[in-house]
Amino acid sequence: MRYQQEYRDPAAARKLQHAIAEITTRPWSIMEVCGGQTHTIVRYGIDELLPEKIQLVHGPGCPVCVTPLELIDKAIEIASRDDVIFCSFGDMLRVPGSHRDLFDVKAAGGDVRVVYSPLDALKIADQNPNRTVVFFAVGFETTAPANAMAVWQAKRRHIDNFAVLVSHVLVPPAMEAILSSPTNRVQGFLGAGHVCSVMGYEEYEPLAEKYHLPIVVTGFEPIDLLEGIYRCVRMLEQGRVGVDNQYARAVRRGGSPSARGLMDDVFQVSDRKWRGIGVIPRSGYRLREEYQRFDAEHRFSVEQLQVRESETCLSGMILQGTRKPSECPAFGRECTPEHPLGATMVSSEGACAAYYHHGRFREATAMES
Amino acid sequence: MCLGIPGKIVQTYREHDVLMGKVDFGGIFKLVCLSLTPEAEVGRYVVVHVGFALQVIDETEANKVFEFLQYMDDLGELDDGGPDEEMEIQP
Amino acid sequence: MTNAADFDRSVCPTPRQDHERVLLGHGSGGRLSADLVGRVFLPEFGNEVLSALEDAATLTIDPRGEATRDQANRIAFTTDSFVVKPLFFPGGDIGKLAVHGTVNDLAVSGAQPLYLSAAFILEEGFQIDPLRRIVRSMRQACAAAGVALVTGDTKVVDRGKGDQIFITTTGIGVHRVDRDLSIHNARPGDAVIVSGTIGDHGITIMSTREGIEFETALESDTAPLNGLVEAMLEACPTIRAMRDPTRGGVSSTLNELAVASHVGIVLDEASLPVKPAVHSACEMLGLDPLYVANEGKLIAVVPGDRAEPLVEVMRRHPLGRDAAVIGRVVSEHPAMVVLRNAIGGQRVVSLLAGEQLPRIC
Repeated sequence: MRYQQEYRDPAAARKLQHAIAEITTRPWSIMEVCGGQTHTIVRYGIDELLPEKIQLVHGPGCPVCVTPLELIDKAIEIASRDDVIFCSFGDMLRVPGSHRDLFDVKAAGGDVRVVYSPLDALKIADQNPNRTVVFFAVGFETTAPANAMAVWQAKRRHIDNFAVLVSHVLVPPAMEAILSSPTNRVQGFLGAGHVCSVMGYEEYEPLAEKYHLPIVVTGFEPIDLLEGIYRCVRMLEQGRVGVDNQYARAVRRGGSPSARGLMDDVFQVSDRKWRGIGVIPRSGYRLREEYQRFDAEHRFSVEQLQVRESETCLSGMILQGTRKPSECPAFGRECTPEHPLGATMVSSEGACAAYYHHGRFREATAMES
Repeated sequence: MCLGIPGKIVQTYREHDVLMGKVDFGGIFKLVCLSLTPEAEVGRYVVVHVGFALQVIDETEANKVFEFLQYMDDLGELDDGGPDEEMEIQP
Repeated sequence: MTNAADFDRSVCPTPRQDHERVLLGHGSGGRLSADLVGRVFLPEFGNEVLSALEDAATLTIDPRGEATRDQANRIAFTTDSFVVKPLFFPGGDIGKLAVHGTVNDLAVSGAQPLYLSAAFILEEGFQIDPLRRIVRSMRQACAAAGVALVTGDTKVVDRGKGDQIFITTTGIGVHRVDRDLSIHNARPGDAVIVSGTIGDHGITIMSTREGIEFETALESDTAPLNGLVEAMLEACPTIRAMRDPTRGGVSSTLNELAVASHVGIVLDEASLPVKPAVHSACEMLGLDPLYVANEGKLIAVVPGDRAEPLVEVMRRHPLGRDAAVIGRVVSEHPAMVVLRNAIGGQRVVSLLAGEQLPRIC
C-alpha cells in the first residue's frame, strides 16, 4: 500500500535510530498519547531501538480502555433488550462490565452486531424500521465526525429508530490532566496524528506554552514514530517549547473544517469520566439538545446501575504513565487478554495488552540469560 | 487509537446527498464517506478511518522525511557536526 | 483551568473469569477453543490417542495383537464439522470445505485419505436447490481428492433452530508403515515451511460479512492437499510434522507445535507469503494474517538442511507455488512463537484470544 509500506523501510528506520542516538545527551520521558502509536512501538520494537536514556511512556489514548464502567453496563443493559439491535465496533465487545461483557449478551440471545462504520449501523436501522438500532459511539476526536455524521443523517433522513450511546473523549484535556498531576514525569508528547487530522493542532499550542514542553504531532508507521521521537528529543535537548508537526502529510494546522463544523453541529463539550482515571472536566462530547431524541441514554432511561470495580490492578497509573505494565503485580498472571483485570489489558491497543502480546519474548529471554 | 489507512479514490458519487467514494486499499475496495474532505478527487489518496476520509494526503509533505534522510546520507556521517539549522525539517 | 485528575483513586474493572455460556470465540480455534477442550472434553474423554491432540488419530487395527509394528495396519481417523456463512463464497462452498477439511486433516497426518462419511443437519425450509448444489460440489471434491463418500446421515431441525445447513464429515485413511509424523516431533534446527499465501480464506469470508463487507478479487484457497503431501513425502521422507492452519490461522498451528514439541519457533515476518489484498484488508480491519483461517495450506516442519530442496519440490505443485521457509525451530523460549520483523523488533505470536474482530483503534 502506498503511503504505508515506504514508512516501514528498515534502512530508513536505522538511519533515524542513529540520528536519535546522536542527539541524545540526557534522559527524557516522552509520552505517546495514542494507543495506535503504542501498538506500532511494541509491534516493531521501536522502544528497543532507542538509547537507554529515552523512555517512552504509554498514554491513555485508547477509547476502548477509557470508556467508563457505567457506560459499559448501560450498553449491556440496552443490548439485552428484545427490541434492540446493538451495533458496535469490534473491540468494544470484549470490554468487561460489572458482571458480563457484550459477548455474553450475544450468547444469551441479544442481537449484537459488529460494524466497521457508524454508517453501517445507520443502514441496519434503515432496513429494520420495527426495531431500535443503537450504535455504541465511542472514540476520540478522530471518530467523532463519523459518529456525528450518522446522527446528522438519521435526523435529516428521519431514521427515528436509530440512537447512539455516546462515549466520546477528547485528547487535550487528558494531556492537561496528566501534566497537572503532581506525579507527572512526562517531558514531551508525541501528539495523536489522526486526532489532529480532524482537529488540527492549534489547541496544543497554549498547552505547550503553559507546561513548557514540546508536543510533536506524529503518525503511526515506524518511520513516523522514529521521526516524531527524533524531533521531540531535538526540541528537548535544545530546550525548545512548542508544537511541531511530523505528520504533515495528513495533518494541517486547522484540521478538517468540514469535520469540525459537523461535530460542532451535533456535539457539545461536556465533562466525562475516564475509566481508570476519573472525571476530567470538559473532556468529552455529548449530543446537543436538538439531537437528544437520538441519545440512547435519553431514550431508554437506563436506571442508575450498581457498578462494581475491583481495585487489584494498576491500570489507572498505567493509563497515566506513572507505571509500566510489567510493574503491575497482576500483569501476565491473574491478568491476561483472556481474563483482563484492567481496561489496559482489554483492548488490543491497551498498553498492557500490547506488552503482553509483544513483550513476553523479552521476559522469557531475560529469564534464560 | 484511531486506525487510519491510506487509500486511493477511484470513483466519487453522491448518496442521500452526501459525497461518497470508492477507495482502493491495495486491491480491496471499500465505499467511503468523503463529506469531511470535499476537496477529494479521483486519483488522490485519503486517510480513512471507520469508513470516513479524514484528510487528503499531501504528497509533497509525504516525501519530506525521505528527503531528510537523503540529506543525512549526503552528509555522509551524522556526527560530522553540520550546523543544526541545516537539519531542520520543520514545516 | 486546572484539570488535575486524581489518579490515586483510580480503579479497575472486575475480572471476567469465566463465561457461563458458550461464546462464538469458543469456536475460533484460539485460546478459548483450547480452554473448552481442556476444561470440558479432555477430562471426560482423555486417552492416549485423543490427548495427543493431533489433527487425525492414528489407530492400529490389530484385533489379535499379533502384528509387529512394521506390518500393522495403521489407520488415520478424523472428524470435522462445518458451519460457514455464506454457504457459497468466491472459490468454494460449504460442501467443498467439508470434503477438503477432512481430507486435509488425514493428509497432513501423513496418511492416504480413503473414505468419508457425511452427516447433514438441515434446517426446515432450506431449499432443495442449494442443497443439491452443495451435494454436487461435494461429489466433485471427493472425486478430485480421490476419496469415496461411503456412509451418511440426514437430520432436519425446526425452522429457526439451525442455520440452513451444517455438515459433519468423518474420514479414514491408511498410514504407510515407514511414516511417522507428529506435532511432537519438531526439534531445534528444523525449518518451518508454509505451502502458500496465508489468510486468503478468512479474508474472503470476512469480505461478505454484513457491516464489514468490501470488494475484492480474493478467493478462498479451499483445496485438497493430499496430492501435495504425497509429493512432499516422496521427496522428503524425513518431514517431522505437518498441519493445516485452518481456524485460528498459522499462529494457532505453530503454538500447538511449539507446545507439543516443547521447542521455540522464530518466524521471519518478511518471508511470510501474504497476498497484497489480504495484507490491505488486515491493515484496514486491524487484523493479523497470522490469525486468519486457511483451507488449502499446510505447515511443514523439516530438518533444516532439507528445507530448500523440499520447497523447490513444493513449488512445482500447483498448490505449493508460493511455498516458502518462514521460520525455524529453536531451543530457546520453549512453547513460544516469536516473530521478527525487518526493522528489528520481535514480538510473541500468542494464541488468538477469542474471536477475530475488526478494531477501530
